[in-house]
Amino acid sequence: MSTRTASVLYDVPGPRARRRYLVAGVIGTLGIAALLWWVVATLADQGQFDASLWDAFQYTAVQQRILDGVLATLETFALAAAGSLVLGSLLAVGRLSDHRPVRAVCTVVVQFFRAMPLVIMIFALYQAVFTAKPMWGLVIGLVLYNGAVQAEIIRSGINAVPRGQAEAAHALGLRKTQVMSLVLVPQAVRTMLPAIIGQLVVTLKDTSLGYIITYSELLYVGKLIASNSDGYPYIPVVLVITPIYIVMCLALGGLARWIESRGRRGATRRGAAAA
Amino acid sequence: MGIPFEDGNFSLFVRGFLGTIELSALSALFALLLGFMLAAFRVSPVPVLRGFGTAWVTIFRNTPLTLMFFAVTFVLPRLDVHISSFTAAVAALSIYTGSFVCEVLRAGINTVPLGQAEAARSLGMGFGQTLGLVVLPQAARAVLAPMGSVFIALPRNSAIGGAFNVFELFSVQKTLTEKGYAIFAIFFWVALAYLVISFAVGAVFSALERRTAVAR
Amino acid sequence: MKARRTVAAALSVLALTAVAACGKDGTPNSDTNKGGSAAPQLPTYQVNADAKLDGSPVWTKAKAAGKLRIGAKSDQPFLGFEDVQTGKRNGFDIEIAKMVAADLGFSPDQIQFTTINSSARETSIAGDQIDYYVGTYSINDNRKKQIDFAGPYYIAGQSLLVNKDNTAITDAKSTEGKAVCTVTGSTSVDNIKTYNAKVTTFDSYSLCVEKLLTKEVDAVTTDDAILKGYAAKNQGKLKVVGEPFSKERYGIGLKKGDAVLQKAINDALKKHEDNGDWKKAYDATLGLSGSAAPAVPELDPTTAS
Repeated sequence: MSTRTASVLYDVPGPRARRRYLVAGVIGTLGIAALLWWVVATLADQGQFDASLWDAFQYTAVQQRILDGVLATLETFALAAAGSLVLGSLLAVGRLSDHRPVRAVCTVVVQFFRAMPLVIMIFALYQAVFTAKPMWGLVIGLVLYNGAVQAEIIRSGINAVPRGQAEAAHALGLRKTQVMSLVLVPQAVRTMLPAIIGQLVVTLKDTSLGYIITYSELLYVGKLIASNSDGYPYIPVVLVITPIYIVMCLALGGLARWIESRGRRGATRRGAAAA
Repeated sequence: MGIPFEDGNFSLFVRGFLGTIELSALSALFALLLGFMLAAFRVSPVPVLRGFGTAWVTIFRNTPLTLMFFAVTFVLPRLDVHISSFTAAVAALSIYTGSFVCEVLRAGINTVPLGQAEAARSLGMGFGQTLGLVVLPQAARAVLAPMGSVFIALPRNSAIGGAFNVFELFSVQKTLTEKGYAIFAIFFWVALAYLVISFAVGAVFSALERRTAVAR
Repeated sequence: MKARRTVAAALSVLALTAVAACGKDGTPNSDTNKGGSAAPQLPTYQVNADAKLDGSPVWTKAKAAGKLRIGAKSDQPFLGFEDVQTGKRNGFDIEIAKMVAADLGFSPDQIQFTTINSSARETSIAGDQIDYYVGTYSINDNRKKQIDFAGPYYIAGQSLLVNKDNTAITDAKSTEGKAVCTVTGSTSVDNIKTYNAKVTTFDSYSLCVEKLLTKEVDAVTTDDAILKGYAAKNQGKLKVVGEPFSKERYGIGLKKGDAVLQKAINDALKKHEDNGDWKKAYDATLGLSGSAAPAVPELDPTTAS
């Protein structure tokens, strides 16, 4: 991935350069090793590797809680992802509408919700309506914000569809709605899929805002385990839940790349660009 | 509806507004520095540094910001690192945003025509000169728009700091909510403040884009 | 690409090993069996199956649904605590909630506890999200504008929790300029601000205590009942200091205007206070933190509208 671009920036190293790189490599390795060593040593110093601190994770009830947290995170994500894609498509189509008022309304909605911090929205929804059902506050907030972002992605995708497509569809006698829903949006979604999934990764990460409004998703569960277990295993908890999040996000990102590679199998104009 | 103009709330709003700006500005600075360093690592000829940069970016781009706030706030003290809540917030935001800055820069470097780097090298420039004098200045143009969205997102993300004992606009929202004002009226005013900030950052970037625009 | 895949693989293995460790079934937390077999036992409450609260919309709806939604705290040891290793809730507030529920005709398995932060209590009651709230909830006039209270069932006073070796803070006055942590949306915030302390706020006391244990703050302030629980949980590390400098009357929060329910809860509290359940519940929960049971508070005529 990066090697090709990188190799353009420097020559095949000669002997002196090789020595320089070796020195830099050694220094870098030492620096990184020192950093890692400091982290591990400090952790050990503070007794963070004591079995007693990791004890909590051996209980089935605790493991179940973590699993429930993961499931709650995924459930919220699924609802928010579906909702934001539907809303995003509607807003994108609305922004391209022939009717000026529709365009104006959709533009205002998109611009407003894109500029809003999610926390602020989720918190307001939670305090006003969903104090005991925080999940819905979280989902609605996520749908509004991510819907607005997805709308922009889909809209740029629609604009990127060659004009002949729409013209041909009109020539076949399809109505405006049909042209949009049968011809333009599907193609736009296909070309924009990497960006759409990129935004879905953001959606997945943002579910952790549930922590702020007491929704027991993964991070909140982690906090509860840390604050309610003997010895307060804050560090073990972070060391356990961070990889879970990273794996979930990477899995989504991997899905994006896989889909992209499948889409590329057709006749594409990009193969030669980087050679 | 005129919450900021009642009961001396105005100073509260101003403090929150300044808090958000201060937090965002400092984090932006550090994120930029970190991003440049990581990007240089990731395109460098030294494999160890490349690997480190890649691992770093992979980890921090796929970790939720809230979790990073949580980690910095409650994990560091357990490692005997004692920093103020504000410093912690700046650290969390910078590390998170820095990874995104790095990726934007890397993508920007990829947009510079290969001939440019080759020409620079044929003049005898080394890696540092090629990157610093030829490639990055040209990448800047392609980088501005995505960089703009990263830095418009930064003040939005900084709101999470309010949940971790930093006084900014989200804290203002919480404080006023507790005082019992209408929740959506508070939201309206806080939202307005964020719109102003977003708009300002956006304006700065579009001005920059206009200045660096080149007729192609 | 390859590097990424390796990283992903390595991480998934890590996560799997973390989650798939062999499971131990929950044994109760250390505090609940501190006294061995001689430890005070929790009372059991007789469910009043023929309870009928005609004229209470909240009760009628809960009865029809077959479940009672009670708001509580989850991280206050001996008061409202969720034992993550067993997944069960325990503590004095939880017992109060259960004894009242029994008199209203709900068995323990019909109770659904929801954790609600201090700052969201009024909205969740006023918005019909829960049927009543039991969780160190101080009765005050400002809150009475939005909800009604039953009780009080316990009287606490704001106090200070400090590290064992701290001699600088002895009472509220000595917190001037010191970093003091408390919770957003509690009465403690305004009280401590009058002493010019540097106030740090989080949304739960457990996070404040964490900050105290790592010496990021000098003291945690809130009601002594809550602080005693934390002190007992961290034996030998923390201590409660100073005379209480406020009077916090813990009540049960319920929907404004539901006088029938309010009366029923007050009656239930009175009954269990008189028959000794209250004292038993206290001894088996807060009593474990080492302080003897205070006098049972008189019910407040203003809550019995």
